[in-house]
Amino acid sequence: MNVPPRGEPAATHATPSLQPAGRTEPALRVEGVWKSFGQARVLRGIDLELAEHDVVCLIGASGSGKSTLLRCINLLEPVDAGRIVLQGEEITAPGADVNRVRRRLGIVFQSFNLFPHMSVLSNVTLAPRKVLRLSRRDAEERATALLGRFGLADKRDDFPDRLSGGQQQRVAIVRALAMEPDLLLLDEITSALDPELVAEVLNVIRELARGGMTMLIATHEMGFARDIATRVCFLDSGVILEQGPPAEIFGHPREARTRQFLQRIVEAGRL
Amino acid sequence: MGTSALRSTAVAFVSTVVFFGAVGWITVHAPNWPDVQRSFFNGTVWNQSVPDIVPAFWVNVQLFCIAEVLILVLALVLAVLRSLPGPVLFPLRLLATVYADVFRAVPGVLIIYLLGFGIPGLQIPGVPTDPFFYAVVALTLVYSAYVSEVYRAGIQSVHPSQEAAARSLGLTQLQALRYVVLPQAVRRVIPPLLNDFIGLQKDTVLVSYIGVVEIFRQSQIDQAAAFNFTPYLVTALVFLVITIPLARLVDVLIARDRRRFLAGAR
Repeated sequence: MNVPPRGEPAATHATPSLQPAGRTEPALRVEGVWKSFGQARVLRGIDLELAEHDVVCLIGASGSGKSTLLRCINLLEPVDAGRIVLQGEEITAPGADVNRVRRRLGIVFQSFNLFPHMSVLSNVTLAPRKVLRLSRRDAEERATALLGRFGLADKRDDFPDRLSGGQQQRVAIVRALAMEPDLLLLDEITSALDPELVAEVLNVIRELARGGMTMLIATHEMGFARDIATRVCFLDSGVILEQGPPAEIFGHPREARTRQFLQRIVEAGRL
Repeated sequence: MGTSALRSTAVAFVSTVVFFGAVGWITVHAPNWPDVQRSFFNGTVWNQSVPDIVPAFWVNVQLFCIAEVLILVLALVLAVLRSLPGPVLFPLRLLATVYADVFRAVPGVLIIYLLGFGIPGLQIPGVPTDPFFYAVVALTLVYSAYVSEVYRAGIQSVHPSQEAAARSLGLTQLQALRYVVLPQAVRRVIPPLLNDFIGLQKDTVLVSYIGVVEIFRQSQIDQAAAFNFTPYLVTALVFLVITIPLARLVDVLIARDRRRFLAGAR
């Protein structure tokens, strides 16, 4: 099995990522997180825990808070209340070094957000060179290996506007992976894609899951969530209303709101 | 190519020739044309003044080139200062904002006078007295205010998601600005920047007020000596010759950006 590279610059790790036996520190712990934008209370007390190698899918209607939760975890949005703990280190603590935290957290956005003035290779090598201070050669070696692994080897010198949406999104995933993050956040990464391009992107995520990458995935692709997730969380109006193994959430949802949501998905032919 | 396109071209050509031919004929047959010709298009004065005026333009070129480089740097610093976030940096933002307001509000000539006459007038030892020096400083101060606004518009035109993407990879605010935002911003503002530099080229003549003998001052001298306006026409022609290619270059760049934008909107 192809284990993805894991960031092990030992100095930045509070705890080893794998312990021989017994409990390990969770990869991510979210405790009572609240977040408002003006009058809108988007997150109303989120509790969530991810162990190493977990693949957790966040499902729920648009506006239920999925994206906001991911942006809070990445510290792109400050939380109003609550704590976010990454491998034992509270990243929401005042004075936490956000730049150092973000090296360990990859995020991929719905709209790709590739840098349009840079080639694919430069997009992927920018952060390893400037943040991890890798030499150009090392960064390019790492980037080339990753691009090759995801079928993008021949695109390395192209600019993003020459690529299809699916290729752009795969480059965005590679760009995040090049930092060797401990946790990958995926924010509806197929929602901006033409239907025929969705599969190539989801296959990349499947491969990462097989390789043991810890991932938190906001998605509308229910079939994908059912296949890949170790756990599914249903968000409704800023709270996690229900969570469990995919078979349970999709097969026997306990909450009425979950059943309603899934019913609508089934009616729309998406499950 | 279709015959209709060929026909359009032919019609446009004939109509242009007829129109300007008529305008020219009416002009030279107007009752006062000989006076106008003597005063503005005098061949003898022309031949005398060209060898004076064209070399004097070299001073404007130097002024323009030095000031332009300084403006590009100072304006970028101002624009970046104004884009910095956070309450601690408020004084820097305020400084950059007040700077842009003041130097856009006060007429450039006034700044040139204040610096060119005022500062040497203080007679502080070691302070330069060369009017060329103050000409460069004054033009740099005035134009940096405009150009910093152009840069700022460019910085704001880069979508916030670009900065978010850069920051999410662990780049610092300054690294995100340096590697992601500014390269895109500068590319977008090249046409308006060139526009401001066309203005700067022309405004180099303002420094004649503080005693720099450049093209305009030289043409004044020649005009007074010959008591004829032809030297001014020579000067006007020099500016036309160097400015029009720059104006066309701006058009080309804008058209190229537009094509790129349309191509990008697939």
